[in-house]
Amino acid sequence: MRLEPIANPTALRRFGLPATALALTVLVASLLALLAGANPFATLGLILKGAAGSKFALLETLSRATPLIFTGLAVAVAFRAKLWNIGAEAQLYAGAIVTVLLGTGALPLPSALLLPVIALAAMLAGALVLLGPVLLKTRLGVDEVVTTLLFNFIMLLFVSYLLEGPMKDPMGMGWPKSPALEKAARLPRIVDGLRLHWGFALAILAAIAVWVIQTRTTLGYETRAVGLNAEAARFAGIPVGRVMVKTALLSGGLAALAGFSEVAGLKGNLTLDLSPGFGYTGIIVAMLALLNPLGVVLSALFVAGVFVGADSMSRAAGVPTYIADILTATALLTMVLALRLTRARIRWR
Amino acid sequence: MEVLDILLTASFWAAAVRIASPLIFATLGELICERAGVLNLGIEGIMVIGAFAGWMAVYLGAGLWAGVLVAMLAGMLFGLLHATLTVPFGLSQHVVGLGVTLLATASASFAYRISLPEVTSPPKITPFQPFAIPYLSEIPLIGPAFFAQTPLTYLAFALIAVVAFTLYRTPLGLALRAAGENPASVEAQGLSVTAIRMGAVIVGSGLMAVGGAFLTMSAFSSFFFEMVNGRGWICIALVVFGAWRPGKAALGALLFAAFDALQVRLQQTPMGAVVPYQVFLMVPYVLSILALILMSRRAEVPAALMVPFNKGER
Amino acid sequence: MAGGEGAEVVLRLDGITKRFGALLANDAISFELRKGEVVALLGENGAGKTTLMNILFGHYTADAGTVEVFGRRLPPGHPRAALAAGVGMVHQHFTLADNMTVLENILLGTGSLLSPRLDTGAARAKVAKLSADFGLAVHPDARVGALSVGERQRVEILKALYRDARILILDEPTAVLTPQETAALFETLRKAVELGLSVIFISHKLNEVMAISSRVLVLRHGRLAGEVATADTDRHRLAEMMVGAEITAPKLAERDPGAPLLTLRRVTTARRGNAPGLAGIDLTLRAGQITGLAGVSGNGQAALADLIGGLDEPASGTMDLTPPHHGDWSPRAALAAGIARIPEDRHRTGTVADFSLTENAVLESYEAAPYSRKGWMDWAAAEGFARKIIDTYDVRCPGPSARIRLLSGGNMQKLILGRALEAGPKIILANQPVRGLDIGAVTFVHGQLIAARDRGAAVLLISEDLDEIMALSDSIHVIYEGRLSPAFPRGTKTPAELGIWMAGQGFDGGADAA
Repeated sequence: MRLEPIANPTALRRFGLPATALALTVLVASLLALLAGANPFATLGLILKGAAGSKFALLETLSRATPLIFTGLAVAVAFRAKLWNIGAEAQLYAGAIVTVLLGTGALPLPSALLLPVIALAAMLAGALVLLGPVLLKTRLGVDEVVTTLLFNFIMLLFVSYLLEGPMKDPMGMGWPKSPALEKAARLPRIVDGLRLHWGFALAILAAIAVWVIQTRTTLGYETRAVGLNAEAARFAGIPVGRVMVKTALLSGGLAALAGFSEVAGLKGNLTLDLSPGFGYTGIIVAMLALLNPLGVVLSALFVAGVFVGADSMSRAAGVPTYIADILTATALLTMVLALRLTRARIRWR
Repeated sequence: MEVLDILLTASFWAAAVRIASPLIFATLGELICERAGVLNLGIEGIMVIGAFAGWMAVYLGAGLWAGVLVAMLAGMLFGLLHATLTVPFGLSQHVVGLGVTLLATASASFAYRISLPEVTSPPKITPFQPFAIPYLSEIPLIGPAFFAQTPLTYLAFALIAVVAFTLYRTPLGLALRAAGENPASVEAQGLSVTAIRMGAVIVGSGLMAVGGAFLTMSAFSSFFFEMVNGRGWICIALVVFGAWRPGKAALGALLFAAFDALQVRLQQTPMGAVVPYQVFLMVPYVLSILALILMSRRAEVPAALMVPFNKGER
Repeated sequence: MAGGEGAEVVLRLDGITKRFGALLANDAISFELRKGEVVALLGENGAGKTTLMNILFGHYTADAGTVEVFGRRLPPGHPRAALAAGVGMVHQHFTLADNMTVLENILLGTGSLLSPRLDTGAARAKVAKLSADFGLAVHPDARVGALSVGERQRVEILKALYRDARILILDEPTAVLTPQETAALFETLRKAVELGLSVIFISHKLNEVMAISSRVLVLRHGRLAGEVATADTDRHRLAEMMVGAEITAPKLAERDPGAPLLTLRRVTTARRGNAPGLAGIDLTLRAGQITGLAGVSGNGQAALADLIGGLDEPASGTMDLTPPHHGDWSPRAALAAGIARIPEDRHRTGTVADFSLTENAVLESYEAAPYSRKGWMDWAAAEGFARKIIDTYDVRCPGPSARIRLLSGGNMQKLILGRALEAGPKIILANQPVRGLDIGAVTFVHGQLIAARDRGAAVLLISEDLDEIMALSDSIHVIYEGRLSPAFPRGTKTPAELGIWMAGQGFDGGADAA
């Protein structure tokens, strides 16, 4: 078997194959429901209803999508330059730590000033966390996949240390959690009483900003050149190492905003379970969006919908919530395959 | 001084060998994949599925060795998925690997939940028991460390030699190394690059899964979520550290395990009272990064690692 | 020689047709190969020679047509079947694993994959005998990565002979050899023919085809354009068959050398991997001159190109530019100093395949106005530049927003040439500027280089094609193992004399060798 490139794929190929990938994902969901002893149609219906069946459900999905937009953007920006940042989880926590550090009374500023300062500081922290692996890559040629992955574990242990030591909430009854943010450091809710906060709007803004950077600026052009052909970029005089570092700073900063937005917008304090793997899920979000920053918003909504829907379905139908992880992983794998096949046909000889 | 005391106890070395065993399985598995030209980031998830499948099989009444076989088959299944997507279809090995890790991990969790819906603490199985090899196990220090382990540990160490011999002394190993260095050389000699690479990924994934199964069937006796806890990623670092050579990589695993055993013991000393325990727990990950930095200039990477091969493409 | 009319037909191709997308690479090609003959397959780059041989060997599958070896049809798409039938192929890009020994490479895939051991003893003896019989000296336990290009080719031939090949296909085998190594290869081929083997020799070099073959098949645009006995033809008639028209040599008007624009004194650079660095060279590039750099590939050409192109710095010695350059030496510094660069590999280093023509056009200049201001790209200005290149340099393409991947090699090269020349360079570094191009594109590129020279630019032409160097250069240096011969003015050396320098003689002995 071999693949033969197609120069101009037909519309059927371009839309039919991704649709088939989605259909396969739904099929897998049905099989899993059957395995768990539930009715597949009811299960799928419950997931849909739980994700978008009511105003509450919809806002919950938007709220869950917020950190995924940030981490998805972080991954999309980095992967564009073929910088394999698998460490968005660590960068997210770096942002969260700084948010708690500055948001619990350290800075006597009004909210309108305090929030931007915290956000910028958080971005800086996230950027610095990714700087190490990237410098190791550009200076010494150390593969960043493994180093960024390992940093995730180190960062979680560091957070654990902070929450049991210097950052522990004295009023926390012994639980490993940080003190709550002061009021001025909280991102307000968009709708009173519901969980959707202004972090979501910030995420949309970030997506637009990244899109503008990628299509309109020299940095965006350089990033794409480095990602598509680093050797040609270097030959043409593009400072590949410096572009990598700039990309990394942007990527790490975006991931850190996820931590900022979760702490300041949703949770109000830092705990060890702040992120149920938002950093890793960001990779799926970015890949499903084909690394397009505006597409990241859509794919984050899709992935968030699957997770929120599966949570609510699980309570009603008893199918384990892990179905959501299986579904997103299946969507990812079938989608990359479908996209490959839109550009090539299989020849069996 | 405390360090020296620890280094002279047999139980320390026994622990190091025990900790090294799953790493050796998985590192050898990853090494086989990479030597054929495929980076397998599915390793972390495949270890999880191996840990779960082997343990579950035994819990459901299978024998221990049958459990190991089930774990291996489960790993090979995910290896087949990885290989199909990355080899004939040439998809990004990064993306597919991470996808496989996620899929395998979630599958294990899902299967655990639907098979044991009401259970709060995971049930235990009777794991492999240590088997003292007569005479050898009586050698001071070395005996209890190396010759009073479970059969799975002996298997791990035997595999180092088997993999090394196969890679360097058999036609199959020749083809495998050539596939990772210059797939065109394999194709031009009438062999199928696709078959060799897929075979390597599938077999390698089987070994990773046995590494995972070691955790539930030899080191511990039940399955927890997060029990693999980054060991797969560490094995990828170990392959680099070992310069893609089985012996060196296994030695790296042993060295690494010794540090891990040491940090656990140091936590019990006066030093452990001063230094937060999280610092000790960071040691394995920090060591892995250090190993990567150390080897960054010297390692001989297989030239076609992560380069897909499409027959007849131009 | 045993070959010729009446000898047994060992290979028969019948109606081979192959398409790649819109390109018809092979159009109903049929021919026969007889026992004991050398048939040359002659054609320009892109005429379909390699495609045809890859079909014969089973790398590609033909859309139509059949291959018969010794009267038996080969199943399409299986190199294994071709090997078993006695077909051996020496690929243009060697198919060797650098991390293994010569013997291991030869043994790869010869026995059952599942056999528990490698039988190296018997193999070693057989390889030794083949080496002696065919004059192919190479150490069986050497790591292939450490071998020279000529030695690697011998390993490739041994691989085929070890499998008892009766038909040898050699794809552009002389491209990487010195004239002397080529002579040795021909000796090996003659021995093979005496022993009853048949050879297909693929080339676009007319004098080699005349020297070694008994019959010539000419391919043009994927079709068999003609078939002649070598004895009945000459170079001119072959050339006409090959391109369909008389080849006109580029004209170089006499011109006095101008002022030195770039001077290297005792420059060394670091060794990189298998390729040597520069070993203390002196070189002067003068205005209005084309300086040719001849040499077998891998002798330091890349090191010199990287140095002048800004990708490397002298480890010792000095590089002086007029006007002098200060500060870090980088690709950007080289561009700022008026050095235009045409890279050796237009796919890997010259262009970004998935970028549009516009994006590729500004790859070296995007940071400056009018293409960007304060970090913001002006895509309209960039597109204007791309359109200008497309018009001025006759780049055939769907438009400036098409991905450059879709262009032919010649049109890609024209874009690179335009990008480089539009900056009005003082020095032009042209590294293999016409490799793989068809005759029309070659003439165009050569014409542009000569025009730049006549405008007063200093041109450094690096090529492995000695004919190209001799036709275009005002003076010639030979590079060998990072060392540079003295400058030989135009017309003072014959190809054979340069060949001696290319083989490394003359560097120490001095005058007596050349």
